[in-house]
Amino acid sequence: MFSNSNYIDSVDHAFIFIVAISFILLVFITGLMIYFVIKYSRKNNPKAENIHGNLKLEIFWTVVPVFLVMGMFYFGWVGYADLQNPPPESMKVKVVGQMWKWYFDYENGVRTDTLFVPINKPVKVEVTSIDVNHSFFVPAFRFKKDAIPNRINTAWFKPEELGSFDVACAEYCGLKHAYMYTEVVVMTEADFLAKMESELAKKNIPAPTEVKTDK
Amino acid sequence: MSSDSSHNVSYLDYKGRWKGKITSWIFSTDHKKIGVLYLFSMLILFSIGVLFGFLMRLELIAPGKTIMEPQMYNSIFTLHGIIMIFMFIIPGLPAIFGNFFLPLLIGAKDVAFPRLNLLSWWLFMFGSLLAILSVFLPGGPVDTGWTFYVPYSVRSTTNVFPALIAAFILGFSSILTGLNFITTIHRMRVQGMTWFRMPLFVWSLYATSWIQILATPIIGITLLLVVMERAFNIGIFDPSLGGDPVLFQHLFWIYSHPAVYVMIIPAMGIISEIIPVFARRTIFGYKFIAFSSIAIALMGSLVWAHHMFTVGMSPTAMIIFSVLTFLVAIPSAIKVFNWVATLYKGSIQLDPPMLYALGFIFLFSIGGFTGLIQGALSVNIHIHDTSFIVAHFHYVMFGGTGFGIFAALHYWFPKMFAKSYNMKTAKFSFWTLFFGFNVLYFPMFVMGWLGMPRRYYDYLPEYHIYHFISTIGSWIVVIALVAMFANFIVALRKKEKFTEENPWGGETLEWKTSTPPPLENFDIEPVVDSHPYEYKMNEPDQDLLKEEGTK
Repeated sequence: MFSNSNYIDSVDHAFIFIVAISFILLVFITGLMIYFVIKYSRKNNPKAENIHGNLKLEIFWTVVPVFLVMGMFYFGWVGYADLQNPPPESMKVKVVGQMWKWYFDYENGVRTDTLFVPINKPVKVEVTSIDVNHSFFVPAFRFKKDAIPNRINTAWFKPEELGSFDVACAEYCGLKHAYMYTEVVVMTEADFLAKMESELAKKNIPAPTEVKTDK
Repeated sequence: MSSDSSHNVSYLDYKGRWKGKITSWIFSTDHKKIGVLYLFSMLILFSIGVLFGFLMRLELIAPGKTIMEPQMYNSIFTLHGIIMIFMFIIPGLPAIFGNFFLPLLIGAKDVAFPRLNLLSWWLFMFGSLLAILSVFLPGGPVDTGWTFYVPYSVRSTTNVFPALIAAFILGFSSILTGLNFITTIHRMRVQGMTWFRMPLFVWSLYATSWIQILATPIIGITLLLVVMERAFNIGIFDPSLGGDPVLFQHLFWIYSHPAVYVMIIPAMGIISEIIPVFARRTIFGYKFIAFSSIAIALMGSLVWAHHMFTVGMSPTAMIIFSVLTFLVAIPSAIKVFNWVATLYKGSIQLDPPMLYALGFIFLFSIGGFTGLIQGALSVNIHIHDTSFIVAHFHYVMFGGTGFGIFAALHYWFPKMFAKSYNMKTAKFSFWTLFFGFNVLYFPMFVMGWLGMPRRYYDYLPEYHIYHFISTIGSWIVVIALVAMFANFIVALRKKEKFTEENPWGGETLEWKTSTPPPLENFDIEPVVDSHPYEYKMNEPDQDLLKEEGTK
């Protein structure tokens, strides 16, 4: 499995683990149901038998699922725990959502509407919004963080493949919610530095908008 | 009310002091008539909800604009959610079948507070009409999503205000119904009806009613706070006034997650009624099914923040809510295992109610398993707010509760209206619905996993095929629903009365009174001396409904 970011593997593995167990159980339950319906149809079994229950069976199908779901929890948690702690050497980018576009502020003062990041470098995003709730979603990275006004949500990721990947808004935000797409462009470090250089040279960036205080 | 003249009179014919045909219905305090009132008002609302869903799917059949503008689309998905959730799925089973059958199932003459019961229906109608009215008021239909997330709901210029008030009023209807049911179950069981002789549908209503009483006030207060926020700028939720929008989400889900269990638990109760009857044997693990309803109600009140895993909570909160989310799956699993075990060594007949019940088990299982997928933190971060979620909750709410409601309708329809429906049409509509349902919702799992966010008016070309298949599925579902309702309407218009007391061979008390039931339910008060599904292993007298299908 190729990998676009550091989360892909842990998310996909947890997903496959849960889907596999669920699929086996679903096939088992459905198969058993169909088998019983045929075997004990009124035609094949005109006289039913009253069975009130079986304590051992009840304990069995309570305890076993508990272990299964705790396993699922563990896989999910392991993949997530990482998201909390950006490595100290991370590049910081402020991600700001507004109706209905994104902009990205880098530490050197550059502001772009497309997120440029160097490959294999951890990127710490500080996600916020200046109007209503949005959510910064990069499906290819299996990564999402809500953008909420007056609140900075941090998370990080490490892109591991060159290319452009879609950024979507995943929290409903009104009229053009479906069009709030941009891209994250993963570049070689040299390309990235050159890009920053040219952006800095342009410097035709509007002054940063303050967090709106009016309604 | 217990005058001599009321004896032996069918509840359908009794008019009391009301002379008119309509007034004798809308002012009746008879729990059965109120149940029927709810049935018809909710089926109308459900049809409107289906229409909105159908239009949404039609818009999404191809990328770009198909039939409507984005603003219209946003209003339509909002109204689809508000109608389906607040006016159909949450109150549906308790209000329709709980009202009609709870007193019958426990051998009571009515609910504890019949007038309060009528008031609940009036409140329900008032709230629903206000919500419908808000569509036509200047300002335009509400476009915030049924979740009313702040700050958008504070800023939107559409008719958020009437929609919030409508939801607030509907909440009161739920609270009063819950209060009524709890009192009825505690105080009005017939002699011999001990707690562990109650039918499982009654247990499920009991669990549900407690959630309605305890959780609904929270949403009521929260929605009022949003109203005040909009009207007076007080700054509780709106960040531009120093408020906290995440607080709104907590308060909203503290109610709305338990509400999910208000939707599903009674449906589980219905399934627990139907399976023993059509397997002709007692239920497997009665107490485990009964207590799992209570366990779901308790644990389900502690998992709300799993709707908010991307909102930026502390790791501790994340762990706790994820663990609890996984654990709440256990009582549901226990129920599924017990239902399947109830088929073992039964004598199974696949009549329409049973088909819906078995369909429920399959679709609800898929809904439950995909719930586990979302409970895993790392996976949730990816699929949160994508169409994967939309598919999941439709499998639970429509495949689960919806199929539960249809199961109940096919099961109890002959008893309620003394009319029999065509079995072949009923089976046809079941299989069509079952097939169409999967075509409609399964592709949403796939595209959600691939990154298709929800509540999108438009989408990238790579998702086209899934949207296309899904829209085709919506047409099949509509065909099935039309066939089902047409079948019932034809049955209602039949001249021929169906008076068989116990067509399915059920053991619970509603089958031990005449069809349709008399005004105060039982001419002779029933005696209860055993568990609800103690089949004495005798064949039912006659299967009249079966003959009906072969005509």
